[in-house]
Amino acid sequence: MKVILRYPKREVEIAGRRRVTDLLKELEVLPETVLVIRGSELLTGDAVVGDEDVIELRPVISGGGWEGRP
Amino acid sequence: MRCRKCGESAALELRRHNAAFCVPHFTEFFRKQVREAIHHYRMFTPDETVMVAVSGGKDSLALWDVLIEEGYPTVGLYLDLGIFDYSRESREKCEAFAAARRQRLLIERVDAAIGAPIPEVQKATRRPTCSACGLSKRYLMNRAALTHGFVVVATGHNLDDEAATLFGSVMHWQTDALSRQSPALASTHPKLVRRVKPLYRLSELETAAFAFLRGIDYIVEECPFAAGATSLAHKEALNRLEAASPGVKHNFLFGFLEKARPAFERGQDVQLTECASCGQVTTGEICAFCKLADQVKRRSTPLTRSSGDPSQ
Ligand code: SF4
Ligand SMILES: [Zn+2]
Ligand SMILES: [Zn+2]
Repeated sequence: MKVILRYPKREVEIAGRRRVTDLLKELEVLPETVLVIRGSELLTGDAVVGDEDVIELRPVISGGGWEGRP
Repeated sequence: MRCRKCGESAALELRRHNAAFCVPHFTEFFRKQVREAIHHYRMFTPDETVMVAVSGGKDSLALWDVLIEEGYPTVGLYLDLGIFDYSRESREKCEAFAAARRQRLLIERVDAAIGAPIPEVQKATRRPTCSACGLSKRYLMNRAALTHGFVVVATGHNLDDEAATLFGSVMHWQTDALSRQSPALASTHPKLVRRVKPLYRLSELETAAFAFLRGIDYIVEECPFAAGATSLAHKEALNRLEAASPGVKHNFLFGFLEKARPAFERGQDVQLTECASCGQVTTGEICAFCKLADQVKRRSTPLTRSSGDPSQ
């Protein structure tokens, strides 16, 4: 499967089927710090993804000084 | 995973609530949390126009979207910080959002107010970029609301932002900051508008999911100055704790708001005056923004000349 990561934007190719939870563990991404996107849907940790999938892991953490937003 | 409400396939798991929701039930949950926040702190009434400070990011656009859907009269405020492509792109997102929903969007240019775009300010004053930026944003938000006659400004701060700010203040025991941290700050002076954070009950994951599921085209790229910000280190520390025990961020923030904040508030009794230079509210004689702008003007004039075309 193709996995799209950000900051910096890059793609990695991963072979085989696995649960989203395991995919995040392998990539050392904390759950709840990314949206797991496949097309127009969001996937939960128990969803199984495989070779034909394109998955985007989109960070949800926004930065900024302690004065942060907007 | 199944939706807690209807048993359909879930789009999002909310570990801190020990629940998962399908798309319609998640958006319903999200709106309910915003309603609860507005109600609990009496943030604004249905006949007050809310000025929503939008950055083009997920939080502020999700907030604007909810307020419009809930029927509140709103107006957007975009502060153009002059931060290269980031500002250009985020401004375009806000303009497209406002146009699609037929909402009014006000735009303020920070360089017009301060004498230089945000990236130049640090060079001229040696003040950290995010600190100068935050100061300018708060000042300009208040000034814009006053100029246009709005009584309340809403920002997109979420639970993670608030928890990280709290964490930072506690780490250094900044008691004045602790007394001021609240989802709603009332107007304590005729020239100070009310400031509210209707997303404080929602996590960053939740605001991102909501923006995505609502089809909001927000800017995913970060401001180039965000990398290395201390608030990010605090967020990361909290996220590690959260991964180990879901709900700690929520308990940290809500425990503070319910149990600890009143104690810090008691010690605060500051005298507010009007800045001798611009007339905005301050605790000294000249406000922090005017001091900053003055430093920029004095230091940056020769720089601008020597760097050639000022429009570059
Ligand atoms: S990251 Fe810093 S410089 Fe960038 S918008 Fe946020 S506060 Fe301003
Ligand atoms: Zn449902
Ligand atoms: Zn001033």
